[in-house]
Amino acid sequence: MSVRRLAPKEVQPASFEFTPENLAWAKEQITHYPPGRQASAVIAILWRAQEQQAGWVSEAAIRVVADMLEMPYIRVLEVATFYTQFQLQPVGKKAHIQVCGTTPCMLRGAGDLIDVCQHRIHHDPFHLSADGDFSWEEVECLGACVNAPMAMIWSDTYEDLTKESMNKLIDGFAAGTPPKPGSQIGRQFAAPEGGARVMKNSGAASYTKVLDMPKEPALADAEPKKQTEAANVQERPAPKPPAADATKTNPPKGGAPKEPKK
Amino acid sequence: MLDDNDRIFRNLYGLDDWGLAGARRRGGWDGTKAIIDKGRDWIVNEMKASGLRGRGGAGFPTGMKWSFMPKDNADGRPSYLVVNADESEPGTCKDREIMRHDPHTLVEGCLIAGCAMGAHVGYIYVRGEFIREREHLQAAIDQAYEANLIGKNNIHGFPFDLYVAHGAGAYICGEETALLESLEGKKGQPRLKPPFPANVGLYGCPTTVNNVESIAVAPDILRRGAAWFASIGRPNNVGTKLYGISGHVNTPCVVEDAMSIPFRELIEKHGGGIRGGWDNLLAIIPGGASCPLIPAADCEELIMDFDGTRAVKSSFGTAGVIVMDKSTDVVAAIARISYFFKHESCGQCTPCREGTGWMWRVLSRMVEGRAHKREIDMLLEVTKQVEGHTICALGDAAAWPVQGLIRAFRPEIERRIEEFSRKATLDDQGILDPAHLVAAE
Repeated sequence: MSVRRLAPKEVQPASFEFTPENLAWAKEQITHYPPGRQASAVIAILWRAQEQQAGWVSEAAIRVVADMLEMPYIRVLEVATFYTQFQLQPVGKKAHIQVCGTTPCMLRGAGDLIDVCQHRIHHDPFHLSADGDFSWEEVECLGACVNAPMAMIWSDTYEDLTKESMNKLIDGFAAGTPPKPGSQIGRQFAAPEGGARVMKNSGAASYTKVLDMPKEPALADAEPKKQTEAANVQERPAPKPPAADATKTNPPKGGAPKEPKK
Repeated sequence: MLDDNDRIFRNLYGLDDWGLAGARRRGGWDGTKAIIDKGRDWIVNEMKASGLRGRGGAGFPTGMKWSFMPKDNADGRPSYLVVNADESEPGTCKDREIMRHDPHTLVEGCLIAGCAMGAHVGYIYVRGEFIREREHLQAAIDQAYEANLIGKNNIHGFPFDLYVAHGAGAYICGEETALLESLEGKKGQPRLKPPFPANVGLYGCPTTVNNVESIAVAPDILRRGAAWFASIGRPNNVGTKLYGISGHVNTPCVVEDAMSIPFRELIEKHGGGIRGGWDNLLAIIPGGASCPLIPAADCEELIMDFDGTRAVKSSFGTAGVIVMDKSTDVVAAIARISYFFKHESCGQCTPCREGTGWMWRVLSRMVEGRAHKREIDMLLEVTKQVEGHTICALGDAAAWPVQGLIRAFRPEIERRIEEFSRKATLDDQGILDPAHLVAAE
């Protein structure tokens, strides 16, 4: 597990307050959950606090969120330190670069990207560059393995990176003109390089075949459907459904606990 | 290769509109009311008949999972549907494509699954890093509300509310009970089972947690019939599947193809072949980082499905294939996976919290050969001590890749140890140190 601590007192701001828009947004988030379960919104609201506060979560923000959700401070502190996307110390003003270093990216050269970050930003992760504009960290799988290696900055992913394009990326953010998110070698999202090999004629035309099928054959057919015989063979015996209440079928010895005598 | 007409995700690469209009053009939301009207028993039976096995890794039959939900809510507890979109396993990136390019398959699937299990509220738990994907999904849900396809008084006659929730970078929240904890606003630490979520889940109410892909394929299965789905692939491993091909192939991609496709066909048709040709293959990890690796010799005849991968002592997982060619430092690659599990262990159970770090430290020494040969057996034994002794499967997942490495590449580790100890008596210039020179004389 990763051990994470709040930033030292010197860098913690004295107070935190949601902007009216964010406050309204947070109130709306709480309505997604049943009454009394407002704690469910804690991750979403902390995330919004992080966005509002230049990309990191301060202790003051944790207290504000805890008060809003009527949670003990320690519970929100637990959440903030457990989930690694919450940055607990100030990050670069222009970009906090999260380089994926897990095996699929590593195989395709994530080490080079980390090299670039170490040379251009700071040798160690989570440290601000000299001008305070940049910081970087190596993160665990960001979920774009077929577009490896990749990095994430704020809300966007930059994929299929090389040493050169990583340098360009940093230059872009430094100059305030970041490149277009997504693949940096012009791939169509997760399609193979050079274009899709399946369903080539994209657009509605290629779907007509699917739509031309008899409408809802499974539903309109009065006959019972023929299933392929072996399609539903179980690999292992069907697990028993969970017992409704273990104490009903297997009551504790000596019957139910007695009421204490007054 | 799968026929284009049999594809379920017809906008996988985002060439077409991902919104409602595009989804309708591709056949989404077509005849949904007729399916809902057939009732929950029909839907569950049809899903059972289709033979769909969960796409999140464990491969549990989806229809059966749905049938565990209580038939009535007599005790006053509502039922919940929770969709697990916390896709964080290295090598796996299929749900991302569904959420950003075909989100309506998921929204429609949620409505149908909700109907099948009597759940009037659904939560989709997206991993925190998928920010754009979350926005697309939320936009799709908003469109569905606007068109009255879901909601309290929707045109399908089954009241259903759907919300997007999200995490913030914890792999462990992909474990279903950890996900429920996280959804309740706590640290994502898995719960003991039993009680299972179908009995005591979210907020103590009956809950079913399904993978995104399992839910998103449901509408098309029900529209086209269970027999259609069951006719693709081989028995016990039926249907279509999203494969992710990453690592040392010429054209990495995500692609939908039939289950039980031979591995070689998958790589050559879609992955553009191994970098440097088929003979340059060293090993693969077939279904995300937690699966033991398969050495090249076993890849020749490998069938990509649950049974095919099990036959070579691995597992199918999520079908996110990581390919490694002969230039790979395989010990370092597995050591990096060990580091991943060390980083993502929630810290609840001691064997996992301490064991994952220990395994990583020993492995990273073995990368350079700075170890004893007896430590290989010790490492293997520790993996056996971690496996099966933790609340959730993360301990197992951390142990399996290491076991796979030792099983297939033990000679390589021994070679490095020998190399390192041979060099230990040489100085920087490769000259035997004087003490040895004296001894040699």
